[in-house]
Amino acid sequence: MTSEIWQVTWFTTWVAAASTLFILPPGIALGWLLARRQWPGKSIVETLVALPLVVPPVATGLILLKLLGRRGMIGNWLETNLGIEIVFTWKAVVVATAVMSLPLLVRTARVAFEAVSPRVEQVARTLGAGPWRVFWTITLPLARRGVIAGAVLAFARALGEFGATIMVAGFIPGKTETLSLSIYHLVQLGHDAQALVLLGISVTLAFGAVWFSERLQRGAAV
Amino acid sequence: MNLEISNLRLPLATFALELDAHLEARVTGLFGPSGSGKTSLLETIAGLRRPASGRICLDGEVLTDPVTHIFRPPEKRGVGFVPQDSSLFAHLSVKENLCYSQRMPAHTARPTPSYDHVVDVLQIGPLVSRRIGMLSGGERQRVAFGRALLAAPQLLLLDEPLASLDTDLKDQIMPYLILIRDEFKIPMLLVSHSADEMVALCDEVLIFEAGRCRRRGKPSDLFVASPKSHHMLAKLP
Repeated sequence: MTSEIWQVTWFTTWVAAASTLFILPPGIALGWLLARRQWPGKSIVETLVALPLVVPPVATGLILLKLLGRRGMIGNWLETNLGIEIVFTWKAVVVATAVMSLPLLVRTARVAFEAVSPRVEQVARTLGAGPWRVFWTITLPLARRGVIAGAVLAFARALGEFGATIMVAGFIPGKTETLSLSIYHLVQLGHDAQALVLLGISVTLAFGAVWFSERLQRGAAV
Repeated sequence: MNLEISNLRLPLATFALELDAHLEARVTGLFGPSGSGKTSLLETIAGLRRPASGRICLDGEVLTDPVTHIFRPPEKRGVGFVPQDSSLFAHLSVKENLCYSQRMPAHTARPTPSYDHVVDVLQIGPLVSRRIGMLSGGERQRVAFGRALLAAPQLLLLDEPLASLDTDLKDQIMPYLILIRDEFKIPMLLVSHSADEMVALCDEVLIFEAGRCRRRGKPSDLFVASPKSHHMLAKLP
């Protein structure tokens, strides 16, 4: 493996891992809220979370670009107050992959939480555990397989993200260059042999992640 | 035990559970057909459901009173609950299940029975290192009793604890319930469809129908031995 291929593979894996870690707390919280609580606006949040699955990724990327750009609502605030620039940096890759993979984590975590019997949680309450302790000692451990499966699935989705990433991070070699962006770029240049090597790496990583996630989900009912 | 339930009203799907009762017996049975509100009553006493109105007071402590906005959460009631399916924590070992409450602050004036004593009385010593998935139905129920006892509840709520067991297992587990009653002297509310269990375990029985207590009395006054079998039957009013 040449150092360039190694660098792209490492960057893609690192970004996918960072975005998965980034969405883990809100993804678990949302999955639990959707599974266990009734609240006003629940169906709206449910739909919003699922949107990246059906909206074209470039459209999601455009929305992110408008929000995170220098003149965007969030981007402007971040740059003015914290001096953080998002678009066309590695941070934009993390944000784009996080937004695109969040629905997979939330949906899988929700199913896992729904599979935990509320009766078990209620019994834990009568044994003296408050709601937080019940969540950390009973609900989350019982749902762990599903939650981990969702995180692995989100990681796999992040590895292959293209549309939203190219809109919000562009293709900047050595800076925002992921496996999928590189494959596209190499094919455009006619370097099909190198593109095929990256394709092989992408498929291998994705296969491993999806296979692991499926195995976990099959055993999710602990 | 001194459990005061005043003007309780809990709307359910097809009727409302309504009860006004002062319970003092050591073991009180709640008897009646499925869907008559018995389990909902236990859940309300345990703090798992909020009634529309009514006051619940246990040994002088107000647990629920919508008028004064008092609603003590389940973890602060000192009320144990053993459901029909035992609801053991499948990711923990038997010992970890038994000791679950020991990591929590106590909300009960009752002294906690020793772990060894509970394990000894319920004969679950050989099970403590096992995973929950390796237990039989009867073993699961004994572990669930032990787990609830180790939380030192002021009141133990048992929701059809033998219903999921076959006849042989019921006969094996019944003596443990009698042991719990006599050894630990924890007041109990027992929900059951079985008149035999009511007669064997309870000092007083409330017969429920469509959310209301229709009759109340000693088991000997409410049940009669069937002339055709060894089982007890509810007397006709």
